[in-house]
Amino acid sequence: MFSPITPIHYLFVGIVLFVTGLICLVTKRNIIAILIGVELILNAANVNLVAFSSPVLFAEQGAPLRLDGQIFALFVMILAAAEAAVALAIALHFYSRFGTVDVDRGDNLKG
Amino acid sequence: MMGFDSMAIFFWLFAVVACAGALIVVVSRNIVRAAVGLIVSLFGVAMLFFLAGAEFLGAMQLMIYVGGTVVLLAFGVMLTTRALFLRMSTTADQWLVAILLVFPLTVILIRAALSYSPSHSGRSFIDHPADKSSAALVEPVTVSELGMALLGFRQNGRSSESTTLFHGNQGYLLPFELISVHLLVVLIGAAYLARRGVPETRASADSKSVSDQDIGSTD
Repeated sequence: MFSPITPIHYLFVGIVLFVTGLICLVTKRNIIAILIGVELILNAANVNLVAFSSPVLFAEQGAPLRLDGQIFALFVMILAAAEAAVALAIALHFYSRFGTVDVDRGDNLKG
Repeated sequence: MMGFDSMAIFFWLFAVVACAGALIVVVSRNIVRAAVGLIVSLFGVAMLFFLAGAEFLGAMQLMIYVGGTVVLLAFGVMLTTRALFLRMSTTADQWLVAILLVFPLTVILIRAALSYSPSHSGRSFIDHPADKSSAALVEPVTVSELGMALLGFRQNGRSSESTTLFHGNQGYLLPFELISVHLLVVLIGAAYLARRGVPETRASADSKSVSDQDIGSTD
């Protein structure tokens, strides 16, 4: 269990975060909880990017994505912040229109 | 060898913290507890970033996510719940869809992760100048390197003294500018959207036809 940490360990952390985020996305009905699920999924992607760009985990070979992975993770963080801002504005609007944050109630377009 | 052992211990500690936070998010019915679980999970992920040698990213994770995004989410929770401890139940068919969707995906992801081996990690695609000389030498990614790459000057490995730009390796000036403008536009749009909702909350006692008229006029 205390073998040297490889990128595969990080990949498994990413899998757990992604799967929990996806479950959150599918099963929650609160719009804020869905947002939290999206944040978890984006973090799973970031964990993978950082693992593959890590100079520590790839000490023998030089990280394959040395700089690129970290810069992509930075971009993902910025996009996540922007996404959270817009999604919260939409959630506030949704709340002011329907009086709830239950996404199942927004069925105006239902045929 | 000692360094690797302490790294393993801290890795498992913070991996457990990150995964436990994510599980709290899924399991808790209470939205406030889910937000706290998200904070725990993001903190664990930030510590994993520090362990992997991405110190700048770990600091950004703590500042942007834990300090910014989660506070935003907490405000969202406070502004949109009438009762603070609001519960919304999940129906059985939603759980069925979740299991049907998640279980095969988990199997695929685990198989993909196990099939990965660092020895053939696609390094043939990458033109690494210091291939043999930099073996067994951990060269940390510095903040100045990241900043220079964002400004368009990308050095592939600090051991390479040459500042020559490789074809296709010219850095990230265009994405950096694009994302700056994108962030500005998004924040203006978010502020506009959120403020437009304010008068309607005050007039929430009005009839629904008013809001329907509002939809028609703005579109």
